[in-house]
Amino acid sequence: MGSHAKAPLVVIGAGQAGQQICDSLRRGGYDGHLMLLGDEASLPYQRPPLSKKFLTGTLEAERLLLRPASYYEQQKIDVHLNTRVVSIDRAQCRLRLESGESLAYSGLALATGTRIRPLNVPGASAADIHYVRSLADGERLAAALTTARRVAVIGGGFIGLEVAAIAREQGREVVLIESLDRLMARAVAPQVSAFYADLHRAHGVELLLNTGVSEIRTTGAEHVVVTSSGAAYTADLVVAGIGVLPNSELAEQAGLACNNGIVVDDCARTSDPLIVAAGDCTWHMNAYLKREFRLESVQNAVDQAKAAAASLLGQPAVYHQVPWFWSDQYDVKLQIAGIGMPHDSAVVRGDPAAKAFSVFCFRDGALVGVDSMNKPADHMAARKLLAQGTALSPAQAGDSTVDLMQVARGT
Amino acid sequence: MPKITYVDINGARHECNVANGVSVMEGAIANGIDGILAICGGSCACSTCHTYIDPAWVERVGPPGDIEESTLELAYERKPNSRLSCQIEVSDALDGLVVHVAQNDG
Repeated sequence: MGSHAKAPLVVIGAGQAGQQICDSLRRGGYDGHLMLLGDEASLPYQRPPLSKKFLTGTLEAERLLLRPASYYEQQKIDVHLNTRVVSIDRAQCRLRLESGESLAYSGLALATGTRIRPLNVPGASAADIHYVRSLADGERLAAALTTARRVAVIGGGFIGLEVAAIAREQGREVVLIESLDRLMARAVAPQVSAFYADLHRAHGVELLLNTGVSEIRTTGAEHVVVTSSGAAYTADLVVAGIGVLPNSELAEQAGLACNNGIVVDDCARTSDPLIVAAGDCTWHMNAYLKREFRLESVQNAVDQAKAAAASLLGQPAVYHQVPWFWSDQYDVKLQIAGIGMPHDSAVVRGDPAAKAFSVFCFRDGALVGVDSMNKPADHMAARKLLAQGTALSPAQAGDSTVDLMQVARGT
Repeated sequence: MPKITYVDINGARHECNVANGVSVMEGAIANGIDGILAICGGSCACSTCHTYIDPAWVERVGPPGDIEESTLELAYERKPNSRLSCQIEVSDALDGLVVHVAQNDG
């Protein structure tokens, strides 16, 4: 319309958050030129299955796509894959691509996500370590698992534990090495860590806590993982899940405020009025948690992306949602509502021996998080209670005769 | 291949071929049906694949399972004929099924 076409809205990062930003922009009535740039070869896809069912080789890559190709055509989203942005010129409102091309933008969304933190010990590069972040990683690991006999997993967080579970279910020997004193230490209550240590050991995982990796020696296809206690473990496949790093370099180089991620406010806005950011890459004031956070989850990517789109549309809305998360290991579904760490007291509800229980975490007298194992009803009630700020006493939490959903409904 | 009719959030009807074994949600995503978001990827953890089963089909589709019951507590405007479409597997018995996509709350 008119002789001066407005420059496009550009989304950098074709993952969960990037796709959601595009979707929300179209739903919100933006019908101008919209570009989605991604440095991977694939359209946006779900990452959670990559450390779970996808590793069994029974899930086709196509089924991971968040939307089929036809969606981007129908929504007129101008997608450019295998496209890397190398710099942002905020003064000129232009991007420079790796190809040398220059692109103007009228608004910009950074959904650049994270990259894996590589294991940095002698022998790591020769050890052909598998990480799990991208579809390419998942395909490579799924293939390697089909012939592996003994797997060494470095890192006892969600990724390491999920991979260990899949490997054990395939009959591979597994040794898992975790440097802290418990599993998933950042994310779950100690009772939950203990439950999972028992669960993995019951499934035959050799589990080493309080143990670091000092070196990996590789001869041909055999790796020897040497631990901080001097013990040596052989493996023909080494997988590491030791965390991720935010892809905030573009933002830093462009002079945007960064701090363990791209800094945004509670409406997903960066320090530049034309630029928003969402997902794993952001360090944000989380309105629900009332503190600053970098939250690595599908929920954060999706909900923060909606706030980012609203800001781009000139209708900012505070991103205020209860965090939630899930992890599948063996026959246990872990669902987390809120953030239970740190807490000053915890109550167990249900029966850990029956692999069906929840841990309710309280801080300063208030419920702050619930970790549920095979207790989806507890999880959903917790999400509702936390969203509404409905009071729950430790006594109610621990009493299985109290119907938590009724408490949440106020009935 | 079974035909599933999706009535999207704008009221438009879409008759789609959806393969046996695939969920009604996946059929909606593959066919670009407006209103089905499926943010948890079909793991029964959100409620953004929420549909209302057409009255003629409610009995044949059946009620929600236990886990789905819990998740439906999160659904915006739950009704007696609400089902999470990620939990309904397409089969020949559902050939001709009509589902109405529910509104999410944004």
